[in-house]
Amino acid sequence: MNRTQEQPLESFDGVIVGAGVIGAAVARALARYRLSLLLLDRESDVGTVTSAANSAIVHSGYDPVPGSLKAKMNVAGNRLFPETCRQLDVDLKMIGSLTLAIGDEEVAVLDELAARAAQNGVPVEILSRAEVLRREPNLTPEVRAALFAPTAGIVNPFELTVALAENAVQNGVTLRLNEEVTRVAPAPDGWYTVTTSRGAYRTRALVNAAGLHADTLANAALAERGRSADYEIRPRKGEYFVLDHFDPEFIRHTIFTVPTQKGKGILVTPTTHGNYLIGPSAEFTDRKDNFATTDETLARVLASAQKLVPSIPTRQIIRQFAGLRAVEKRGEFVIDRPAPGLINLLGIQSPGLTASLAIAEEVVNLIRNDVPLEENPDFDPRRRPRVRLARMAPLDRAAYVAEHPSFGRIVCRCEDVSEGEIVDAIRRPCGATTVDGVKKRVRPGFGKCQGGFCQPQVVRILARELGRKPEEIPLKSPGTEILLERIGETDDA
Amino acid sequence: MTPDLLKTETFDLVVIGAGSAGLAAASAAADAGVERILILEKEDFPGGILLQCVHNGFGLHRYEQELTGPEYAERALSELRRKRIDLRCGAMVLSITPDKEVRYSGEKYGYRAARAKSVVCATGADERTRGAIRIPGDRPAGVMTAGLAQHYMNLDGYTVGRRVFILGSGDIGLIMARRVTLEGGKVLGVAELMPYSNGLARNIAQCLNDFDIPLYLSHTVREIRGKKRLEQIVLSQVDENFAFVPGTDKTFDVDTLLLSVGLIPSNRLLTELGVRLHPKTGGPVVDETLQTSIPGIFSCGNSLHVHDLADFVSMEGENAGRCAALYIQEKLGAESGDSPVVRTEPGAGIGYLLPSVLHAERAEEFLLKFRVRKPYRDVALLLKLNGRLMKKIKKPYLLPAEMENLRLKKEELPEPSGTLTLEVADE
Repeated sequence: MNRTQEQPLESFDGVIVGAGVIGAAVARALARYRLSLLLLDRESDVGTVTSAANSAIVHSGYDPVPGSLKAKMNVAGNRLFPETCRQLDVDLKMIGSLTLAIGDEEVAVLDELAARAAQNGVPVEILSRAEVLRREPNLTPEVRAALFAPTAGIVNPFELTVALAENAVQNGVTLRLNEEVTRVAPAPDGWYTVTTSRGAYRTRALVNAAGLHADTLANAALAERGRSADYEIRPRKGEYFVLDHFDPEFIRHTIFTVPTQKGKGILVTPTTHGNYLIGPSAEFTDRKDNFATTDETLARVLASAQKLVPSIPTRQIIRQFAGLRAVEKRGEFVIDRPAPGLINLLGIQSPGLTASLAIAEEVVNLIRNDVPLEENPDFDPRRRPRVRLARMAPLDRAAYVAEHPSFGRIVCRCEDVSEGEIVDAIRRPCGATTVDGVKKRVRPGFGKCQGGFCQPQVVRILARELGRKPEEIPLKSPGTEILLERIGETDDA
Repeated sequence: MTPDLLKTETFDLVVIGAGSAGLAAASAAADAGVERILILEKEDFPGGILLQCVHNGFGLHRYEQELTGPEYAERALSELRRKRIDLRCGAMVLSITPDKEVRYSGEKYGYRAARAKSVVCATGADERTRGAIRIPGDRPAGVMTAGLAQHYMNLDGYTVGRRVFILGSGDIGLIMARRVTLEGGKVLGVAELMPYSNGLARNIAQCLNDFDIPLYLSHTVREIRGKKRLEQIVLSQVDENFAFVPGTDKTFDVDTLLLSVGLIPSNRLLTELGVRLHPKTGGPVVDETLQTSIPGIFSCGNSLHVHDLADFVSMEGENAGRCAALYIQEKLGAESGDSPVVRTEPGAGIGYLLPSVLHAERAEEFLLKFRVRKPYRDVALLLKLNGRLMKKIKKPYLLPAEMENLRLKKEELPEPSGTLTLEVADE
């Protein structure tokens, strides 16, 4: 006898599939209303796929084709960043971008881009060679001119996704991880039944923010209604280098090449923690789980970046990674409601991170058709700020540590992270449960030693806080545990 | 800033790191009459990396006895305990200010500062990582540095792999090949990019040959495969320019890849302070007193340059401690702008040569340390001052894996200034 079938399914006003930056932003935006909401992700943490492997840029919006959804969402999203990041205590620096023209042909392209920027409502300025090199002395002397976009910025994408999800949970959203949606079927009463690897739910509205897999979900949901759909996500891989934070003055703006057919081209940018990011490549791949880096592609990435910044110190390279852009075959964002109660957010490739906050507002507008929206008077847009010891003045730090001794215990010396900060990252709503989860929230493992010194301590703290054995603590998801078994204990012991 | 609020204490000497180098430095400084000495150690116990080196082979030079790492550390600590030295563990140094205020943090101590007349940096080395050597492919669990695996096995008591491959024939990698095997793991091989091993000969014999573990010279890992846990590596032969040789790919089904691909002196504190760094070693530029470009700041052990034996690290630490004592006692001899100096430069065949600067008027004897770039047999070392040969030393063999020492008496230097070069030549 299957008892679960006899009990009514847990039901929600809205189920959001995918807890990347898009799903998390949607969950937080919808939490402003009196709604019961469920945010689902098949991974062990929020924001582990495309949201964790991108350029970490808040684009100004000079580049997308005027009138496109990409242009609209980019520009609107950009404007929402400063206030949202203040509310959520997320690292954001509006450092501006420089798009370099190298050679006469590219100078002409800058004029086109400036015209496009004007149509998109984005302030830009064309800088002379001398002015560009005054602002960025380490750029190639071959630069002829540059397009300066003062409203471009950099954000910590891990922190943004976590903060959006954490704030959503604080405001009543249910977050369930390690739970994969296997079927979405419309019921006769207009609701959807969402079946997952762990159970089933009923919902009045389904928001499909499933990233690389949003096409499968959308097509299947429509097929259940007897409708055929041909959404198709074509993953396009971007490979990157990460450099250590060796000199905050080395490069101060995000440096772009002029965009090409393939995308925005190669960039060199500081991150919010003073590291430097070089990349991305743009190659289609036929597998949605192909995150492998390759020598050939990275060599090309480095060569392209050296055309912008010839003196990139390759000794400072500490990591390579690859991310997959969820490109819909038509090349445009898809934000639609093809059937009652179904909202698709597909093909949210670059500038998806920037657009995330605006896309969430679009979902608010669309979901009104399915669920009545009533303001939630208890909604609190603020996240409790994090204690960031590394940025405190010495006396403030001394005073804080005197009150909170575990913040005196330094776990990661590369990034200056204390045990207290790690424990906080685990205990918060939407807290870390994996070594990578801790790394993304408070940075141990991001430094030069790549976790060589701090990882055993992070494993120890996670095990203690979660009440698990150290050998049960994964790097990222179940199946990625770091330790095998205690020495001296065997199966037949 | 009001120093009191930061709980600033005053010492004659602050030693950063309680590993082989730091313990020896503090001990030697105390013997030389320095009174107020503080050692700051980031871990909860003193001993540094020695604590995870449960194999033997330590102490042959210093104690004429074969000890394990923890035993060797205990020897050093028992000497230290007889002296008046303040040892604080669980205290991570975060910065050194130009006026030698050492700021540190610990659960027991809070965030506070120690002002010193002199500072000895003995902060050890970091292991080179996968990212630093850019191995392409997937990013699964099961890829880690050999030293991290050693920490997990010997300090925490956990196995890290069942079917293991090791990249790099550095000593830690060789030691871990044996350690994994003894705990029931299967080591399928050790690969070395160079055409010769980077580990000590005794470790090749005792850790690989005794267990029939193959060593693949001129090979490297060209791809890592695995979605969650490591599943497979692709090994490939390289030519003399380190380019992959087509058709030599071999795959190994392994769940763990340990990396023993070199150590890099750990010098974030000194870098941030603006100490001049040596382009070859990754450590600071020092003179014969192991003093860095900032007077009163000394460096020793693996944070100065990577050593093969802990005994030599201790000896260098003692030297740093003695010199710091002389500095504190104002007997070191201040370096004035016009005092003559000899600058050292590695010549043909020499990877690096330390110290970088010699003050001929300040010492009776100099200890030069160097490594060769590749293995040599039956060669001569030529020591030249300003291009003129001053000394020729025959060597039956020279190996990159073994740091060489060369003593030079003051009277052997024909002039007190100029450039001293060391090169390898045919006998």
